Amino acid sequence: MGKYLLKRVILAAVTIWAVATITFVLMNMVPGGPFLSEKAISPAATAALEAKYGLDKPFGERYLTYLKDALHGDFGLSLKQRGRTVSGIIAAKFPVSAKVGGIAVLVSLLLGIPLGVIAAYKRGTTIDSVFSVVATLGIAVPSFVVCTVLMYFLGVKLGILPTLGLTSWKNYIMPVFALSAYPTSYIMRLMRSSMLDVLGQDYMRTAKAKGLSQKVSLFKHALRNAILPVITYLGPMVAYTLMGSFIVEKIFTIPGLGGEFIKAINGRDYTMIMGTTIFLGTFMVFMLLIVDIVYTIVDPRIKLK
Amino acid sequence: MSNYLLEVERLQKHFPVRGSVLGKSKHMVQALDDLTFGIKKGETLGMVGESGCGKTTAGRTILRLHEPTGGRIVYDGETIFDKEKKIAAKMLPYRKKMQIVFQDPYASLDPRMTVGDIVGEPIDIHKLCESKQDRYDKIIGLLERVGLNSEHANRYPHEFSGGQRQRVGIARALAVDPEFIVCDEPISALDVSIQAQVINMFEDLQEQMNLTYLFIAHDLSVVKHISDRIVVMYLGRMVELADSYELTMHSLHPYTRSLVSAIPIADPIEARKSKRIILEGDVPSPINPPSGCRFRTRCPYADEQCAQEVPEFKEVSSGHFVACHHLDRVK
Repeated sequence: MGKYLLKRVILAAVTIWAVATITFVLMNMVPGGPFLSEKAISPAATAALEAKYGLDKPFGERYLTYLKDALHGDFGLSLKQRGRTVSGIIAAKFPVSAKVGGIAVLVSLLLGIPLGVIAAYKRGTTIDSVFSVVATLGIAVPSFVVCTVLMYFLGVKLGILPTLGLTSWKNYIMPVFALSAYPTSYIMRLMRSSMLDVLGQDYMRTAKAKGLSQKVSLFKHALRNAILPVITYLGPMVAYTLMGSFIVEKIFTIPGLGGEFIKAINGRDYTMIMGTTIFLGTFMVFMLLIVDIVYTIVDPRIKLK
Repeated sequence: MSNYLLEVERLQKHFPVRGSVLGKSKHMVQALDDLTFGIKKGETLGMVGESGCGKTTAGRTILRLHEPTGGRIVYDGETIFDKEKKIAAKMLPYRKKMQIVFQDPYASLDPRMTVGDIVGEPIDIHKLCESKQDRYDKIIGLLERVGLNSEHANRYPHEFSGGQRQRVGIARALAVDPEFIVCDEPISALDVSIQAQVINMFEDLQEQMNLTYLFIAHDLSVVKHISDRIVVMYLGRMVELADSYELTMHSLHPYTRSLVSAIPIADPIEARKSKRIILEGDVPSPINPPSGCRFRTRCPYADEQCAQEVPEFKEVSSGHFVACHHLDRVK
């Protein structure tokens, strides 16, 4: 296990390096720059700004300097938000996104798994059909539609839920719903199909022959065998959801990291783009490692070498 | 009739064919029809027939792993299912008495459980142990009984070979100390060299634990070896039932005869003398089985009567039942 972890950490470092390099190259290929604006700035001022942030240096040199600094944990200053460090912005915004996202992850697990199990168990019935229509909607309808519809009816028409900011627990309801609609539906469908697979297995018949009641065998034998695809999906899903969604954050004016990420790209805030990308990449790699470790706990046939 | 441990009467299982998305399909797979026989205590009843003839369905329906769609099941004098009288007993107490060994040892064990837990679970369900130590001792005892040992208890099924897994499956069935076991083609997934070992184990266990078997297989030579009596199935119906010597030496039904003629004979001189009866055509679909005698489409003796009337399953000599209109001609 120790040897395996070491191997994974080295691989993770390589992955993150690749992500950083590709982002750095792409970012520099995109036309425009951080200091272009509608108001013309004098060439002298632009040159001074570029010199201050080192943008006047050749590409190769900038790349190496960036890597060196990043290795020391220094992601630099934001080019657009004067005087604030990239790490500082991430540290301030990530907890906001992670809180909304974390609740959404919990909701989608607590709803998606049981609903999927019920749908599989009641396959072919009305309940199954209703669930499957709802799940298809949840996957097909984009989150900005969900957000807008929720906001219009619950926020404006009925006026029962606040539409702005994150001041009370009520503020969380709509964003969490909008964020969890897709993963809940997805988990439910995964769970249903994998459960159907397992329910047809011979060992489920063995459980019946042993005298186990259907409910117990459903949870003791079937769920444990059927949960694997959900765990696979969970890794990237948790990473993305905790990072925050640009759309949901924008619509509900949540000061989170998702909005920050898009803002950085639009403004060519180079250091901020690099910082958030590396952060997301690291988070993702870490989640995938956790998923692999959880596999070995859930399925004894899987061994990490 | 009361000396039978298990009796089934006109047992029937029809499966609905999955219809389209809209509406339910009217077609039924007539997997099992009019199954009627009894098994005496301590006896082994063999059941043979080709793939898809309803053997496995018969075994599972008797244990109500599939709910029967008609007929009656009586176990040890107690009716556990009767379609007409609408009796459907709770199965939990009977699961302790009636067990099954499944065909595929690769699929019938939960891959997430250790062998110890697989064997121990029935002990927990039926509350057969007094303490943790007692439970452990019982599990080890069962494993040793089937030729495994205590080291195996903490391993998972995927770490075993096919033969070993089938032993785990047998230990699991024995865990509740049953009286009656359905052996559903327990050796057909195994290597030939292991088949003999497992067959012998079944025989030893029967002697030691006073078990009664319904032994299902498609290999008549195996069934002949282990069974006291044999029933031959064709397309969901019984065609012949007799003492195993009688059935193999003096078979009456044309289908049984063709099966018997397919048993390999070890002596080459004898083998040259014997004539194989090769049936033509395939087994018809059980969704739309032939009218009258279901075997008539492949039977060399079939005539108009066979298409009109279902042959009665009648006793022609003591303990020898057969369903055929033309026994006189077949002879």
